[in-house]
Amino acid sequence: MIQQVIFYLFAALLIFSGVRVVASRNPVHSALFLVLAFVAAAPLWIMAGAEFLGLVLVFVYVGAVMTLFLFVVMMLNLDEVPRSKGFVRYLPFGLIIVGLIVTLMLNVIDPSHFSLHVNAGMIVPQHHSNTKELGLMLFTQYLLPFELAGALLIVAIISAIGLAFRGPRARKVQDPSAQIAVKRNERVRLVNMEAEKKS
Amino acid sequence: MKVTAATFTNLSPEWILLGVVTLLMLIVAFSKDKKQYLAVTVAAIALGFSAMCAFYHMNETNQVMFMGQYLITPLTSFLKFLTCLLMLAGLLYGRDFITSRNMQPGEYAILILFSTLGMLALISSNSLIVFYVALELLSLPLYAMVAMERNSGRASEAAMKYFVMGALASGFILYGISMLYGATGSLNLNEIAQQLQTTAVSHRVIFIFGAVFVVAGLAFKLGVAPFHMWAPDVYHGAPNPVAAIIASGPKVAAFAFFLRFLLDGHNGLVHQWHDLLIVMSVLSIVLGNVIAVVQTNVKRMLAYSSIAHMGFVFLALLADNPIGYRAAMFYVVTYVVMSMGAFALLTLVSKAGAEAETLNDLKGLNERNPWLALMMLLLMFSMAGVPPTVGFFAKLGVLNALVHANMTTLAVVAVLFAVVGAYYYLRVIRTMYFESASNHKPICLNWDERALISINGLMVLYLGIFPAGLMSLCQQFVG
Repeated sequence: MIQQVIFYLFAALLIFSGVRVVASRNPVHSALFLVLAFVAAAPLWIMAGAEFLGLVLVFVYVGAVMTLFLFVVMMLNLDEVPRSKGFVRYLPFGLIIVGLIVTLMLNVIDPSHFSLHVNAGMIVPQHHSNTKELGLMLFTQYLLPFELAGALLIVAIISAIGLAFRGPRARKVQDPSAQIAVKRNERVRLVNMEAEKKS
Repeated sequence: MKVTAATFTNLSPEWILLGVVTLLMLIVAFSKDKKQYLAVTVAAIALGFSAMCAFYHMNETNQVMFMGQYLITPLTSFLKFLTCLLMLAGLLYGRDFITSRNMQPGEYAILILFSTLGMLALISSNSLIVFYVALELLSLPLYAMVAMERNSGRASEAAMKYFVMGALASGFILYGISMLYGATGSLNLNEIAQQLQTTAVSHRVIFIFGAVFVVAGLAFKLGVAPFHMWAPDVYHGAPNPVAAIIASGPKVAAFAFFLRFLLDGHNGLVHQWHDLLIVMSVLSIVLGNVIAVVQTNVKRMLAYSSIAHMGFVFLALLADNPIGYRAAMFYVVTYVVMSMGAFALLTLVSKAGAEAETLNDLKGLNERNPWLALMMLLLMFSMAGVPPTVGFFAKLGVLNALVHANMTTLAVVAVLFAVVGAYYYLRVIRTMYFESASNHKPICLNWDERALISINGLMVLYLGIFPAGLMSLCQQFVG
């Protein structure tokens, strides 16, 4: 009973914040609602038995990724985005597509396939460590996708650098040794000039 | 699972690429050379070695690795061989183009190697999770490569479109995978197939629901209508050598997985795909060929033509008999060679000065460089399906398969729209040979570029005169 209350509470919060991420016109609000969405999702994961992943979601996504994200959004100093044009024009088309997909999904994903009766929950042994199991799986069965994901992360870095890096820039710094070793004839040029007026 | 020496030999094409690419990052970081000559050469050698290793694996027996997640068969080895060669061609064709337009050749080489790694993994993947990660590894470098021309607004727009649409497709695929996992409790393709044999037909509905999403995502990667909207804009906006890569390598990889996903893994379910494939293939052939007719930009035209060609591949798969699979594979192999050649030719023509992408830029190509014009003639004839070239046999194979499967109506539609398609290919030839050039500057090429484009063009002719070798290979692998 209490579990169900918690579930529906956080699920409603998740849906609400998810909608606000898309709907709010201020990018900072969107980012903050995304944080809220992650926070709301974490308890759901923990309730499903993935306590390690739930915690990591809060630590990594809320703590690190979204904070950086917020920094960037604030630094860009984005104003409220005006409502995009053509919203009303494309609305009927969008509604038709959404209607079709929702009908399809409601037809397919009914309780006869995805209820507790069909998928009885896994029986978890007593001293079961989620983290340990995850680690074991990652380095045995899922070693290959794990390594490929590593390559994927490097690609992300290289792509970002490749797109943002515009060659080394000459910085305006002083080189003391060059300043000291300067010779007179490098700085001063003596020019013999004719006198302007002949007296 | 044990990692043994055999694991390393079997995975040699992959680990060569991964090893060299880490080395390459250091070379590019420390080299002062603006042209990054060393890095590009090392990357080219690595791709060549990978291709060679894959070639030697072609005669070996099937290997299942990483607890059934990775599959190495003669088919995958052959496709890996092909992919490595295509990417090598893309690297060498693009080298001068990239340097002359102030893009970084070092990053270009690194991203090509990473993308190739993704393609190889995708070709061999036998589990949905490897498939997904490999697909991302394939696509991410491509998005960045499209955006490499940073001063061009068009390239940025193309990259943005490609990225957003690609992310959408990834979302589709992930959602589909979650449904497949929910329906069968496994991510391994063989286990999913087994599970499916034992479930009642009424319970297959979730499976089909999930598979539709995965197929839609893959169709996006292949650029099949109605998931084709990104293709013209991306091909148009991307730098020419990058367009050549997008039009060839990923198609081979996505096709390989498509073949495994729809045919190997799920025997007896092909009739479920039937309606889906009919809609996609007919739409692609009609839309691709008709819209290509009105294009004046050659890159956009080639994009629509690629949509139409992919429609032909799907038609061959539709036939659902060994002749059809063989024809589909033959078609993909020949198509990627042709499209690589066509885009590479545009790259080489642009190198001589201004960007070559509209029909006007090809005017009088025969006066400026007769050999290049001859190669383009061969490639265009092949795309149109004119007999002495290989395109004819590819189309013939597809039609043959359709007639064998009693789908004569579809065959008639395909032929009709292939005739429509011939118009715009022949128009390119007319422009090259019968219209005088506005720019008379002759086009000079390096020896390696000349050799590559000659091999590429003459291959189309050679395979057209002696198609038996490739056909028997296809038969051996999928027939």
